Amino acid sequence: MSETIEAGPMRAADGTPLKKSLARALRRQKLRALALIAPLLIFILVTFIAPIADMLFRSVENQIVSDTLPRTVVALKDWDAASDEAPGEPVFAALAVDFQIATELKNHTKLGSRLNYEDPGISSLFRKSGRSADDIGKSFMDRFVGIDAAWKKPETWAALFGDDVWLADATAWADAKDKDAREPAFKLRDGVGDALPATAETYRTFARAVQAEGRKGLVETKPWPVLFTALSQDLTSATPEALAALTDVDTALLQQAATAVAGTEPFAYRDAFLAIDKGWGDVDAWRTIRAYSPRYTPGYFLNAIDLEKGADGISARPDDQKIYIKLFIRTMWMSMLITFSCLLLGYPVAWLLANLRSSTANLLMILVLLPFWTSLLVRTSAWKVLLQQQGVINDILVWLGLVDDGNRLIMINNQFGTITAMTHILLPFMILPLYSVMKTIPPSYLRAAKSLGATNWTAFWRVYFPQSVPGIGAGSILVFILSIGYYITPEIVGGTQGVFISNRIAYHISTSLNWGLAAALGAILLAVVLLLYYVYDKIVGIDNVKLG
Amino acid sequence: MTDARTGSDAAFVEFDHVQKSYDGENLVVKDLNLSISRGEFLTMLGPSGSGKTTCLMMLAGFETATHGDIRLGGRPINNIPPHKRGIGMVFQNYALFPHMTVAENLAFPLEVRKIGKSDRDAKVKRALDMVQMGAFGGRRPAQLSGGQQQRIALARALVFEPELVLMDEPLGALDKQLREHMQFEITRLAHNLGITTVYVTHDQTEALTMSDNIAVFDDGRIQQLAPPAKLYEEPQNSFVAQFIGENNTLLGTVREIKGEIAVVQLDDGELIDCKPVNVSKPGERTRVSIRPERVEFNKSRLQAGAHTLNAEVLEFIYMGDIFRTRLRVAGNDDFVVKTRNAPDQVRLTPGQQIEIGWLPQDCRALDA
Repeated sequence: MSETIEAGPMRAADGTPLKKSLARALRRQKLRALALIAPLLIFILVTFIAPIADMLFRSVENQIVSDTLPRTVVALKDWDAASDEAPGEPVFAALAVDFQIATELKNHTKLGSRLNYEDPGISSLFRKSGRSADDIGKSFMDRFVGIDAAWKKPETWAALFGDDVWLADATAWADAKDKDAREPAFKLRDGVGDALPATAETYRTFARAVQAEGRKGLVETKPWPVLFTALSQDLTSATPEALAALTDVDTALLQQAATAVAGTEPFAYRDAFLAIDKGWGDVDAWRTIRAYSPRYTPGYFLNAIDLEKGADGISARPDDQKIYIKLFIRTMWMSMLITFSCLLLGYPVAWLLANLRSSTANLLMILVLLPFWTSLLVRTSAWKVLLQQQGVINDILVWLGLVDDGNRLIMINNQFGTITAMTHILLPFMILPLYSVMKTIPPSYLRAAKSLGATNWTAFWRVYFPQSVPGIGAGSILVFILSIGYYITPEIVGGTQGVFISNRIAYHISTSLNWGLAAALGAILLAVVLLLYYVYDKIVGIDNVKLG
Repeated sequence: MTDARTGSDAAFVEFDHVQKSYDGENLVVKDLNLSISRGEFLTMLGPSGSGKTTCLMMLAGFETATHGDIRLGGRPINNIPPHKRGIGMVFQNYALFPHMTVAENLAFPLEVRKIGKSDRDAKVKRALDMVQMGAFGGRRPAQLSGGQQQRIALARALVFEPELVLMDEPLGALDKQLREHMQFEITRLAHNLGITTVYVTHDQTEALTMSDNIAVFDDGRIQQLAPPAKLYEEPQNSFVAQFIGENNTLLGTVREIKGEIAVVQLDDGELIDCKPVNVSKPGERTRVSIRPERVEFNKSRLQAGAHTLNAEVLEFIYMGDIFRTRLRVAGNDDFVVKTRNAPDQVRLTPGQQIEIGWLPQDCRALDA
């Protein structure tokens, strides 16, 4: 025996550890396999996984409030939402800056629509206020221009907030009048952000908006009125030392303005807003803004299960607004009915397919597959023709005298219509898995059972049926999951009583544009399907599902 | 022929002029007459498409006879559905129900017969012990080997104590060694329990080793019904001679029939002595059949005056227990001789010229 007994890992002939050697040998194979599936993997990632992830994110995402009204959101933290009084002056001061910026950027209507989902009517407050939000800024502007006319000039602002190097470049650019070149990107002056934080931030937003538009340079564009509001607020709170720390700028101008601002009475922001719209005094509107100020919100999900988040926690919606739970239950219930009727109709057909002579079975299979060759829309519309009150079926029933002409059956625009049409459309998805499983059950099992003394029924029920369960499982899961998310057929034949949750999702996606709610509804639907799948796995076992 | 209606032991199962057609144009089974006595082990042997499985299925009740009667214990069963016939059956692929355990499989026929639980358990246990599978009651069929599944299928067919058991090529899927073992087991069980068995196979060795009687099927008819030894040694026609065992055939014309001896002139002119079986008068064409192990080339062992033939050795194959020699005889290149590997046995070499002969009773003149 020449073999030496070595301690440690097995080694290949050349002495490398066997594991390493094997891994190297397999790596090429793995890489090739990966390369083969890569196109599909990328396709699925881009068109399937990413949209789903995005949708799930949208269902909780709520950055629009804190992005649009950042200062207001911070100021609102000190407000007691349980009190019956609207927030105080500091909140309105913050709002004055936020809202004017939002108006300049035309974001206020978007925010209005977003908050309108939670508090219907609030969007008109935002829209109306947008038109006259400038008034506040303009009154400040008048005041500053009264102090020194230089405040009206864009150059004054650019010199105050712009970096020296940038300022030189921007001036040169403005003088050159070169249409093709863009103005150099704005750079904030060092230190000015500490001394005048709100104004610096506002000016930066102003600079970004102006430069994004790109028609005129910063040094040529009239400052937004909101800048004066912000500057006034900054100067009120700024210490003389902080202002003195600013070098290289026209400190005298600032000092003069600061003195003048300190000398005047504080501006009444609250009154100004109330003058624009009485709605700003409404506590509920403020509660809504506060409740939806976090960057992430459970609001869409609460909404999707007929709850709402008020000032005093989560509560049920009024009865007349409860629609989603009912719709979810209806979707589940009708999908189950559809699955069951598909099973009832499909099982005998699958059995025939699996047990007939192959030539006959082929013909039957073509008939089963025939619906696949017709457009879904055509099939659904055909049902409309058949089922409507002046339709084919009613006409025949009336002609046969089974139904009175005055009492024609209502078979469409209700649940009956949806169930009938969807059973027809989804039937092949039940028949095919059933068929492929039944095909694998040898006829000798039934014979064996009969030879052992079982009647036809016992042989079927005790021997054949249990073996066809995997097919039933596969078919049912397929039909149920397809029908739970079905959209076109319920839309066309369902009326108001026969629509599914997916129709509501489609409505929010394309009509009400409340994508967050649509995403929440979709996420719940996905969760329910996964839950049912889990339950199915626990009860029947997913190993018991076969597609052939 | 025994009258089956008297219910005598001589005819427990009887096929009476049974015909079967699937398409209304061709008969798969043509005028089948067969009686099987109680306790008999009968094998239906034949090539595929010969009608043997159809006969079995008609007996089990899965196919209906187009014409004729099938009687079981004297009672016509044509109109009795399979589950009321009380016939045990073992299928080709065992047909053990995959979703039930072995014990549940065995309990199934007892359950549908509404036998009480304790009684049922006792019978299942006895049946499992009978096939030496007592420890496997809790397993699923898929967890058993082919041979074990075979035993379970057998136990299931026997557990409800049927008087008649049908087996449709039950050993076809087993390897050779296991098959031989199971052949023995099945015959032992059948004889011990005294049940009547109808066994279908296309494997002649299986048929020869297991059966009391063998019915050789071809072309929808029974070609010969006889015990194994008689079937092998005294085939009634050339189909049986050729189908059972290895066989050498020579074509010729009958020249003369003298009692138990027929003189046949082979096509190349040589004369041989045969036993007339299917020939009646001189001038008839005949196919002469000789078993390879009955061919003799040691002249001293032949009868005096026996006809001999010249042969050339073409091939010598050493097969361990026997030698197989291929010869050219009367223009036939596939004439095989088998000799036992005995110490004094001659080993022929290819190219050698020899003389061969045989006893007239071993050489049967059959239909051409």
